[in-house]
Amino acid sequence: MKLTRKEFLITSAATLAGISGTKLVTSVKAAAASTGEDGKPRWAMAVDFQKCQWDQGCNQCIAACKHAHNIPDVPEKAHEVKWIWKELYKSVFPQQSEWVDPALTSHPLMLLCNHCSNPPCTRVCPTGATWKRGDGIVMMDWHRCIGCRYCMAACPYESRSFDFGDPRGEIANINPDFPTRTKGVVEKCNFCEERLGRGQCPACVEECRGHALIFGDLNDPASEIRTVLRSRYAMQRSPELGTGPSVFYLL
Amino acid sequence: MIEKALTGGKRYWFWISLLLACIVAGAAMYMRQLSYGLGVTGMSRQVSWGLYIGQFTFFVGVAASAVMVVIPCYLHDTKQFAKIAILGELLAVASIIVCMLFIMVDLGQPARVLNVLLYPAPHSVMFWDMVSLSGYLLLNAVVAYNTLSAEQKGLHAPQWLKPVIYLSIPWAVSIHTVTAFLYSGLSARPLWMSAVMAPRFLASAFAAGPALLILLIIVLQKSARYDPGEAAIGKLATIVTYAASISTFLVLVELFTGLYSGIPHDREGLAYQYAAPHGFWGMTLWMWISSVLMIAALAVLLVPRLRQSRVALAAACVAVFVSLWMEKGLALIVGGFEPSPLGTLTAYRPTCTEWGIALGIWAIGALMLTVFYKVAIAIRTAAR
Repeated sequence: MKLTRKEFLITSAATLAGISGTKLVTSVKAAAASTGEDGKPRWAMAVDFQKCQWDQGCNQCIAACKHAHNIPDVPEKAHEVKWIWKELYKSVFPQQSEWVDPALTSHPLMLLCNHCSNPPCTRVCPTGATWKRGDGIVMMDWHRCIGCRYCMAACPYESRSFDFGDPRGEIANINPDFPTRTKGVVEKCNFCEERLGRGQCPACVEECRGHALIFGDLNDPASEIRTVLRSRYAMQRSPELGTGPSVFYLL
Repeated sequence: MIEKALTGGKRYWFWISLLLACIVAGAAMYMRQLSYGLGVTGMSRQVSWGLYIGQFTFFVGVAASAVMVVIPCYLHDTKQFAKIAILGELLAVASIIVCMLFIMVDLGQPARVLNVLLYPAPHSVMFWDMVSLSGYLLLNAVVAYNTLSAEQKGLHAPQWLKPVIYLSIPWAVSIHTVTAFLYSGLSARPLWMSAVMAPRFLASAFAAGPALLILLIIVLQKSARYDPGEAAIGKLATIVTYAASISTFLVLVELFTGLYSGIPHDREGLAYQYAAPHGFWGMTLWMWISSVLMIAALAVLLVPRLRQSRVALAAACVAVFVSLWMEKGLALIVGGFEPSPLGTLTAYRPTCTEWGIALGIWAIGALMLTVFYKVAIAIRTAAR
């Protein structure tokens, strides 16, 4: 059979359009068929930051997370990969800092992915490489991510990092139980879904000496996190954006 | 058809070799980026989009602006635009390909780009941007190709082409609207989250695109003796004047809302662009130059006598194009990330690699445009 260039181009374009059209129909069907997630947990974290022993040089949560997830130590600050990190109260809650005790406003808080109930990052992802699981965890598929960084632009919490170079050379001591990433993908906190699957709590929570990190199920009224949220005033980051963060800061 | 681009004088071939050299240099820079990663660019965790996405946005506008010659030519039957419509459509084709290349070089994992088709995500504006851009490319390619091949055979363009041309008009509006929605739907970025973003994009596109077209026509008059006539240039100049005025008006509207409302996030974003907050100059000087160029251009364009002078008009068109290229092609995108949600300002400066890759893509665009115009004009001249 002899194909002219024109015929070849038309056939390939039609095939591509056909495949993607079919895929589109399937994905819309799947989205329409997915029902509510009743009976599942909704994982959340409360940060009781005044219990944090940072002043004694404690960095255990960050170190535990780094090791558990093979997070690279990137020398350039601009290209840092951060899953859980410290930031001063006054930069996290600038609107609630005026006239507040400086001891509080200069206190560091632990920041991580908020695992929003209505996440802007998953909404914008063009490939479904980041999505929200039934138990509230915002997941990442590092094999599907094309590295467009639209999710980073959409995240109002700076919770996402990008591998600007190959991260594998910059991991001090590789944990063989967790995947490393390739260059050119976005990564972030996964609420230790791999540990939750084994019935363990997140690595940062387990390693926290001062019990400043409280992890639990928001759908369980008897859980520690629900108890503490009932009894204490808790703040979320930028709740007015309607993202519904699952990380709370206890005052 | 393409063989018409293979004959030319010394200057033609010098220009082609110059472009090829730029493309080779760009490709070499891209190889560097491909092997190391996007760390060779000036982008960072805070400023995660830069020159590439800015240039993508700007050239979507240039592509959409073809509608400014297609509407008068086909809807209003403006005879003066008969010789220009094809130039606009071919400019759209080249611009869309430039846009797609800028997206490709911005990807961290370009080899996986087909995931956008394999796992289509209709909830993502980027999915719709892909649909609208590829549709627009197809429409313009079909229109331009069929118009030219009919002319080559000395026939009228086929009847079925009319509805395709009509469809390309709303489609042109859609590509830039959807591109604006990429930004204006993000609650994390107050500078972008504005309903006026799409109209502003369209207005600035309809100024920058026709300004470029005027400049291209001036070049074609000199180099190819292709003269669409004074009236056509005059009409294009009017379009540039209106669009540049509306675009400036919309910028001022944005400034009023952001500054007068006093909401810190909105104000800080604008301060980053125009007022060098805390001595952090970032993009401020860049934006000042862009603003001054636009004011100067408007001063020329709004005076009919100046607008009719060829030199003044050309200068004004250069100023409009450069001003909007600076604003939409870089500052607006970087500005969305400044300050970051945690209040930090991060310096962003495109690296040599980044400029080199951008140069390569512009050269690919210029090469396509040269070949397209060469073929189109050869067919037109032969037909007469």
